Amino acid sequence: MLEFIYKNQKYFHHKDSQKPHHSHSSVGGSVGGKNRGTREIKIVRKVLDVNDTIAHQNRELFREKGVFVINVMSSPGSGKTAILVKTLSHITPKIRCAVIVGDICTSNDADRLSGFGAPVVQVNTDAFGGDCHLAAHVIKTAVDNFNLDEIDLLIVENIGNLVCPAEFDTGENLRIVVLSVTEGEDKPLKYPLMFRVCDAALLNKIDLLPHLDYDRESAVQNILKVNPQISVFEISAKTEEGFESWISWLTQKIHG
Amino acid sequence: MHEMGIAMQIIEIAVASIPADLKNAQIKRVNIKVGKLAAVVPESLHFCFQIAAQDTPLCDAELNIEEIPLKIRCTDCNVEWIAHEPVFICRRCNGGSVKMLSGRELDITSIEVVDEHD
Repeated sequence: MLEFIYKNQKYFHHKDSQKPHHSHSSVGGSVGGKNRGTREIKIVRKVLDVNDTIAHQNRELFREKGVFVINVMSSPGSGKTAILVKTLSHITPKIRCAVIVGDICTSNDADRLSGFGAPVVQVNTDAFGGDCHLAAHVIKTAVDNFNLDEIDLLIVENIGNLVCPAEFDTGENLRIVVLSVTEGEDKPLKYPLMFRVCDAALLNKIDLLPHLDYDRESAVQNILKVNPQISVFEISAKTEEGFESWISWLTQKIHG
Repeated sequence: MHEMGIAMQIIEIAVASIPADLKNAQIKRVNIKVGKLAAVVPESLHFCFQIAAQDTPLCDAELNIEEIPLKIRCTDCNVEWIAHEPVFICRRCNGGSVKMLSGRELDITSIEVVDEHD
Protein backbone atom coordinates (compact mmCIF):
# COMPACT_ATOMS: atom_id res chain seq x y z
CA MET A 1 0.00 0.00 0.00
CA LEU A 2 1.36 3.39 -0.95
CA GLU A 3 0.32 6.75 0.28
CA PHE A 4 0.92 9.98 -1.59
CA ILE A 5 0.95 13.24 0.34
CA TYR A 6 1.09 16.41 -1.70
CA LYS A 7 2.57 19.71 -0.62
CA ASN A 8 2.38 23.15 -2.23
CA GLN A 9 -0.57 22.18 -4.31
CA LYS A 10 -4.06 20.86 -3.93
CA TYR A 11 -3.90 18.49 -0.98
CA PHE A 12 -4.14 15.01 -2.21
CA HIS A 13 -4.16 11.81 -0.25
CA HIS A 14 -5.01 8.45 -1.68
CA LYS A 15 -4.00 4.88 -1.63
CA ASP A 16 -2.09 3.51 -4.54
CA SER A 17 -4.51 2.25 -7.11
CA GLN A 18 -2.14 2.20 -10.03
CA LYS A 19 0.18 -0.64 -9.37
CA PRO A 20 1.12 -1.96 -12.77
CA HIS A 21 -0.93 -4.73 -14.22
CA HIS A 22 1.83 -6.97 -15.34
CA SER A 23 1.75 -8.52 -18.73
CA HIS A 24 0.56 -12.07 -18.76
CA SER A 25 1.59 -12.75 -22.31
CA SER A 26 3.88 -15.73 -22.64
CA VAL A 27 7.37 -14.74 -23.62
CA GLY A 28 9.74 -16.93 -25.55
CA GLY A 29 8.28 -20.38 -25.35
CA SER A 30 10.77 -22.50 -27.24
CA VAL A 31 10.27 -25.93 -25.78
CA GLY A 32 13.16 -28.31 -25.37
CA GLY A 33 13.80 -31.51 -23.48
CA LYS A 34 15.59 -31.56 -20.13
CA ASN A 35 15.24 -34.54 -17.85
CA ARG A 36 12.98 -37.42 -18.75
CA GLY A 37 9.44 -36.52 -17.75
CA THR A 38 10.04 -32.78 -17.68
CA ARG A 39 10.00 -30.08 -20.31
CA GLU A 40 12.22 -27.06 -20.03
CA ILE A 41 10.60 -23.91 -21.32
CA LYS A 42 13.11 -21.19 -22.15
CA ILE A 43 12.05 -17.73 -21.07
CA VAL A 44 15.06 -15.37 -20.98
CA ARG A 45 13.51 -12.30 -19.45
CA LYS A 46 14.70 -9.75 -16.96
CA VAL A 47 12.97 -10.17 -13.62
CA LEU A 48 12.61 -6.38 -13.37
CA ASP A 49 11.27 -6.11 -16.92
CA VAL A 50 8.06 -4.44 -15.77
CA ASN A 51 9.97 -1.78 -13.82
CA ASP A 52 12.38 -1.20 -16.71
CA THR A 53 9.51 -0.78 -19.17
CA ILE A 54 7.78 1.83 -17.00
CA ALA A 55 11.12 3.58 -16.34
CA HIS A 56 11.61 3.80 -20.11
CA GLN A 57 8.12 5.32 -20.49
CA ASN A 58 8.91 7.82 -17.73
CA ARG A 59 12.20 8.75 -19.43
CA GLU A 60 10.42 9.30 -22.76
CA LEU A 61 7.81 11.49 -21.08
CA PHE A 62 10.47 13.56 -19.26
CA ARG A 63 12.44 13.99 -22.49
CA GLU A 64 9.32 15.09 -24.38
CA LYS A 65 8.45 17.61 -21.66
CA GLY A 66 12.02 18.86 -21.27
CA VAL A 67 12.20 17.82 -17.61
CA PHE A 68 15.61 16.87 -16.23
CA VAL A 69 15.38 14.24 -13.48
CA ILE A 70 17.82 13.36 -10.70
CA ASN A 71 17.45 10.39 -8.37
CA VAL A 72 19.13 11.08 -5.03
CA MET A 73 19.98 8.03 -2.94
CA SER A 74 21.85 7.28 0.28
CA SER A 75 21.63 5.50 3.60
CA PRO A 76 19.23 6.97 6.16
CA GLY A 77 20.58 10.04 7.92
CA SER A 78 23.33 10.99 5.48
CA GLY A 79 21.74 14.39 4.88
CA LYS A 80 19.82 14.02 1.61
CA THR A 81 17.01 16.31 2.68
CA ALA A 82 19.38 18.93 4.12
CA ILE A 83 21.36 18.91 0.85
CA LEU A 84 18.19 19.25 -1.20
CA VAL A 85 16.88 22.10 0.97
CA LYS A 86 20.14 24.01 0.36
CA THR A 87 20.22 23.00 -3.31
CA LEU A 88 16.67 24.31 -3.80
CA SER A 89 17.62 27.56 -2.09
CA HIS A 90 20.45 28.01 -4.63
CA ILE A 91 18.64 27.08 -7.83
CA THR A 92 15.01 28.21 -7.38
CA PRO A 93 13.21 30.10 -8.80
CA LYS A 94 15.63 30.35 -11.75
CA ILE A 95 15.32 26.63 -12.30
CA ARG A 96 11.74 25.51 -11.82
CA CYS A 97 11.85 22.48 -9.56
CA ALA A 98 9.53 19.78 -8.28
CA VAL A 99 10.33 17.14 -5.69
CA ILE A 100 9.16 13.59 -5.08
CA VAL A 101 10.29 12.41 -1.68
CA GLY A 102 10.04 8.81 -0.59
CA ASP A 103 9.90 7.56 2.96
CA ILE A 104 8.38 4.55 4.61
CA CYS A 105 6.46 6.82 6.99
CA THR A 106 5.87 10.51 7.79
CA SER A 107 5.73 13.64 5.67
CA ASN A 108 8.51 15.36 7.66
CA ASP A 109 10.86 15.58 4.67
CA ALA A 110 8.16 17.04 2.43
CA ASP A 111 7.51 19.68 5.10
CA ARG A 112 11.19 20.64 5.12
CA LEU A 113 11.35 20.81 1.32
CA SER A 114 8.14 22.72 0.75
CA GLY A 115 9.38 26.24 1.49
CA PHE A 116 10.76 27.06 -1.95
CA GLY A 117 7.63 27.28 -4.09
CA ALA A 118 8.42 23.95 -5.69
CA PRO A 119 5.61 21.40 -5.60
CA VAL A 120 6.53 18.48 -3.34
CA VAL A 121 4.97 15.02 -3.30
CA GLN A 122 5.66 12.80 -0.34
CA VAL A 123 5.37 9.09 -1.13
CA ASN A 124 4.91 6.85 1.91
CA THR A 125 5.47 3.24 0.97
CA ASP A 126 3.71 1.86 4.05
CA ALA A 127 3.67 2.40 7.75
CA PHE A 128 4.64 -1.18 8.54
CA GLY A 129 7.53 -2.64 6.60
CA GLY A 130 6.90 -0.81 3.36
CA ASP A 131 8.91 -0.84 0.17
CA CYS A 132 12.57 -0.02 0.57
CA HIS A 133 12.88 1.90 -2.71
CA LEU A 134 10.86 4.01 -5.13
CA ALA A 135 10.04 1.95 -8.21
CA ALA A 136 9.27 3.38 -11.64
CA HIS A 137 5.48 2.94 -11.31
CA VAL A 138 5.49 5.01 -8.11
CA ILE A 139 7.26 7.87 -9.91
CA LYS A 140 4.84 7.54 -12.81
CA THR A 141 1.86 7.88 -10.48
CA ALA A 142 3.40 10.76 -8.52
CA VAL A 143 4.28 12.86 -11.61
CA ASP A 144 0.68 12.61 -12.80
CA ASN A 145 0.01 15.35 -10.27
CA PHE A 146 2.61 17.81 -11.57
CA ASN A 147 2.29 20.05 -14.58
CA LEU A 148 5.48 18.90 -16.29
CA ASP A 149 5.34 21.83 -18.71
CA GLU A 150 6.17 24.08 -15.76
CA ILE A 151 9.10 22.04 -14.42
CA ASP A 152 12.77 22.10 -15.45
CA LEU A 153 14.16 19.83 -12.76
CA LEU A 154 12.44 16.96 -10.99
CA ILE A 155 14.27 15.80 -7.89
CA VAL A 156 13.51 12.31 -6.62
CA GLU A 157 14.65 11.86 -3.03
CA ASN A 158 14.66 8.10 -2.72
CA ILE A 159 14.09 6.08 0.43
CA GLY A 160 17.14 5.95 2.69
CA ASN A 161 18.80 2.69 1.71
CA LEU A 162 22.11 1.96 -0.02
CA VAL A 163 20.97 -1.37 -1.45
CA CYS A 164 17.60 -1.62 -3.16
CA PRO A 165 17.14 1.78 -4.88
CA ALA A 166 20.28 1.06 -6.93
CA GLU A 167 18.50 -1.83 -8.63
CA PHE A 168 15.41 0.13 -9.70
CA ASP A 169 15.55 2.53 -12.64
CA THR A 170 12.93 5.27 -12.27
CA GLY A 171 13.56 7.03 -15.58
CA GLU A 172 16.01 9.61 -14.24
CA ASN A 173 18.81 11.36 -16.18
CA LEU A 174 21.30 11.29 -13.33
CA ARG A 175 21.78 9.27 -10.19
CA ILE A 176 23.36 10.91 -7.18
CA VAL A 177 24.58 9.09 -4.07
CA VAL A 178 25.18 10.85 -0.78
CA LEU A 179 27.71 9.47 1.70
CA SER A 180 28.38 11.29 4.95
CA VAL A 181 31.60 11.37 6.92
CA THR A 182 29.84 9.86 9.92
CA GLU A 183 29.51 6.62 7.96
CA GLY A 184 32.46 4.31 7.31
CA GLU A 185 35.07 5.09 4.65
CA ASP A 186 34.53 1.59 3.24
CA LYS A 187 30.81 2.01 2.49
CA PRO A 188 31.44 2.20 -1.29
CA LEU A 189 33.09 -1.25 -1.14
CA LYS A 190 30.27 -2.62 1.01
CA TYR A 191 27.52 -1.28 -1.26
CA PRO A 192 29.27 -1.31 -4.64
CA LEU A 193 26.21 -1.42 -6.89
CA MET A 194 24.97 1.92 -5.54
CA PHE A 195 28.28 3.66 -6.19
CA ARG A 196 28.70 1.88 -9.52
CA VAL A 197 25.35 3.07 -10.94
CA CYS A 198 25.66 6.71 -9.82
CA ASP A 199 26.97 9.69 -11.79
CA ALA A 200 27.95 11.80 -8.78
CA ALA A 201 28.78 11.18 -5.16
CA LEU A 202 28.32 13.87 -2.52
CA LEU A 203 30.53 13.37 0.53
CA ASN A 204 28.48 15.30 3.08
CA LYS A 205 28.96 16.69 6.60
CA ILE A 206 32.60 17.66 6.03
CA ASP A 207 32.13 20.38 8.65
CA LEU A 208 32.32 17.53 11.21
CA LEU A 209 35.76 16.34 10.07
CA PRO A 210 37.70 18.13 12.83
CA HIS A 211 35.74 16.09 15.38
CA LEU A 212 36.12 12.70 13.70
CA ASP A 213 38.84 10.16 12.95
CA TYR A 214 37.70 10.00 9.38
CA ASP A 215 40.03 9.25 6.50
CA ARG A 216 38.46 11.43 3.83
CA GLU A 217 41.11 10.49 1.25
CA SER A 218 40.37 6.80 1.74
CA ALA A 219 36.61 7.40 1.38
CA VAL A 220 37.10 9.20 -1.92
CA GLN A 221 39.53 6.52 -3.15
CA ASN A 222 36.99 3.80 -2.32
CA ILE A 223 34.30 5.64 -4.27
CA LEU A 224 36.65 5.91 -7.25
CA LYS A 225 37.70 2.26 -7.04
CA VAL A 226 34.10 1.21 -7.58
CA ASN A 227 33.42 3.90 -10.15
CA PRO A 228 36.43 5.70 -11.65
CA GLN A 229 34.11 7.88 -13.79
CA ILE A 230 31.99 9.26 -10.94
CA SER A 231 32.15 12.97 -10.02
CA VAL A 232 32.87 13.44 -6.31
CA PHE A 233 31.92 16.59 -4.38
CA GLU A 234 32.96 17.10 -0.77
CA ILE A 235 30.28 19.27 0.80
CA SER A 236 28.60 20.40 3.97
CA ALA A 237 24.85 21.01 3.83
CA LYS A 238 25.25 22.93 7.11
CA THR A 239 27.97 25.43 6.12
CA GLU A 240 27.45 25.11 2.32
CA GLU A 241 31.15 24.45 1.86
CA GLY A 242 31.67 22.84 -1.54
CA PHE A 243 28.22 23.84 -2.76
CA GLU A 244 29.55 26.09 -5.49
CA SER A 245 31.08 23.17 -7.39
CA TRP A 246 28.09 20.89 -6.81
CA ILE A 247 25.53 23.49 -7.93
CA SER A 248 27.64 24.49 -10.91
CA TRP A 249 28.03 20.82 -11.98
CA LEU A 250 24.29 20.19 -11.56
CA THR A 251 23.19 23.28 -13.48
CA GLN A 252 25.62 22.47 -16.29
CA LYS A 253 24.09 19.00 -16.54
CA ILE A 254 20.55 20.42 -16.57
CA HIS A 255 21.37 22.90 -19.32
CA GLY A 256 23.78 20.50 -21.05
CA MET B 1 15.37 -6.17 1.32
CA HIS B 2 13.26 -6.22 -1.81
CA GLU B 3 13.59 -9.97 -2.35
CA MET B 4 9.87 -10.55 -1.75
CA GLY B 5 8.97 -8.22 -4.61
CA ILE B 6 11.51 -9.92 -6.82
CA ALA B 7 10.19 -13.38 -5.85
CA MET B 8 6.68 -12.25 -6.79
CA GLN B 9 7.89 -10.96 -10.16
CA ILE B 10 9.64 -14.28 -10.84
CA ILE B 11 6.45 -16.19 -10.05
CA GLU B 12 4.38 -13.89 -12.22
CA ILE B 13 6.70 -14.29 -15.22
CA ALA B 14 6.96 -18.07 -14.67
CA VAL B 15 3.17 -18.54 -14.46
CA ALA B 16 2.66 -16.45 -17.59
CA SER B 17 5.16 -18.64 -19.43
CA ILE B 18 3.43 -21.98 -18.84
CA PRO B 19 2.32 -23.19 -22.29
CA ALA B 20 -1.43 -23.46 -22.86
CA ASP B 21 -1.31 -27.24 -23.26
CA LEU B 22 0.35 -27.63 -19.85
CA LYS B 23 -1.79 -25.25 -17.81
CA ASN B 24 -2.45 -27.79 -15.08
CA ALA B 25 1.05 -29.19 -15.04
CA GLN B 26 3.27 -29.01 -12.05
CA ILE B 27 6.26 -26.68 -12.29
CA LYS B 28 9.28 -28.48 -10.98
CA ARG B 29 11.99 -25.85 -11.20
CA VAL B 30 12.52 -22.19 -12.06
CA ASN B 31 16.00 -21.31 -13.31
CA ILE B 32 17.28 -17.81 -12.78
CA LYS B 33 20.63 -16.02 -13.10
CA VAL B 34 21.74 -13.58 -10.44
CA GLY B 35 24.85 -11.48 -10.98
CA LYS B 36 27.37 -11.05 -8.20
CA LEU B 37 26.75 -7.30 -8.20
CA ALA B 38 22.95 -7.52 -8.24
CA ALA B 39 21.46 -6.26 -5.01
CA VAL B 40 19.91 -9.64 -4.25
CA VAL B 41 20.73 -12.07 -1.45
CA PRO B 42 20.15 -15.61 -2.80
CA GLU B 43 19.23 -17.02 0.65
CA SER B 44 16.59 -14.33 1.14
CA LEU B 45 15.27 -14.87 -2.35
CA HIS B 46 14.91 -18.63 -1.70
CA PHE B 47 13.05 -17.89 1.52
CA CYS B 48 10.71 -15.33 -0.08
CA PHE B 49 10.12 -17.55 -3.11
CA GLN B 50 8.89 -20.39 -0.89
CA ILE B 51 6.37 -18.09 0.77
CA ALA B 52 5.26 -16.27 -2.37
CA ALA B 53 4.85 -19.53 -4.33
CA GLN B 54 2.19 -20.89 -1.96
CA ASP B 55 -1.18 -21.33 -3.70
CA THR B 56 0.39 -20.84 -7.13
CA PRO B 57 1.35 -23.45 -9.78
CA LEU B 58 4.88 -23.03 -8.40
CA CYS B 59 4.04 -24.20 -4.88
CA ASP B 60 6.31 -27.25 -5.18
CA ALA B 61 8.87 -25.66 -7.49
CA GLU B 62 12.52 -25.32 -6.66
CA LEU B 63 14.19 -21.99 -7.34
CA ASN B 64 17.54 -22.72 -8.96
CA ILE B 65 19.85 -19.71 -8.77
CA GLU B 66 22.91 -19.59 -10.98
CA GLU B 67 25.28 -16.98 -9.59
CA ILE B 68 27.09 -15.08 -12.33
CA PRO B 69 30.55 -13.74 -11.57
CA LEU B 70 31.56 -10.12 -11.91
CA LYS B 71 33.54 -10.05 -15.14
CA ILE B 72 35.30 -6.87 -16.21
CA ARG B 73 37.18 -5.80 -19.34
CA CYS B 74 39.58 -2.88 -19.58
CA THR B 75 38.66 -0.88 -22.66
CA ASP B 76 42.21 0.51 -22.88
CA CYS B 77 44.33 -2.64 -22.75
CA ASN B 78 41.57 -5.23 -23.32
CA VAL B 79 42.49 -7.45 -20.39
CA GLU B 80 39.54 -9.36 -18.94
CA TRP B 81 39.22 -10.68 -15.42
CA ILE B 82 36.79 -12.05 -12.85
CA ALA B 83 36.65 -9.61 -9.96
CA HIS B 84 36.20 -10.94 -6.44
CA GLU B 85 36.10 -7.43 -5.03
CA PRO B 86 34.07 -4.53 -6.42
CA VAL B 87 37.11 -2.72 -7.77
CA PHE B 88 36.70 -1.38 -11.29
CA ILE B 89 40.30 -0.38 -11.93
CA CYS B 90 42.31 -2.31 -14.51
CA ARG B 91 44.58 -4.83 -12.82
CA ARG B 92 47.13 -4.51 -15.62
CA CYS B 93 47.27 -0.83 -16.71
CA ASN B 94 45.57 0.72 -13.65
CA GLY B 95 43.14 2.56 -15.94
CA GLY B 96 39.58 3.38 -14.92
CA SER B 97 37.99 2.87 -18.29
CA VAL B 98 36.40 -0.53 -17.81
CA LYS B 99 33.32 -2.34 -18.97
CA MET B 100 31.29 -4.76 -16.90
CA LEU B 101 30.76 -7.89 -19.02
CA SER B 102 28.67 -9.75 -16.45
CA GLY B 103 27.58 -9.47 -12.86
CA ARG B 104 24.39 -7.36 -13.05
CA GLU B 105 22.08 -10.17 -14.17
CA LEU B 106 18.69 -10.70 -12.63
CA ASP B 107 17.15 -12.86 -15.34
CA ILE B 108 14.69 -15.69 -15.42
CA THR B 109 16.01 -18.18 -17.97
CA SER B 110 13.60 -21.12 -17.96
CA ILE B 111 11.01 -23.16 -16.15
CA GLU B 112 10.91 -26.94 -16.00
CA VAL B 113 7.46 -28.48 -16.14
CA VAL B 114 6.53 -32.09 -15.37
CA ASP B 115 5.30 -33.48 -18.69
CA GLU B 116 2.62 -36.13 -18.16
CA HIS B 117 2.76 -37.04 -21.85
CA ASP B 118 6.34 -38.29 -21.76
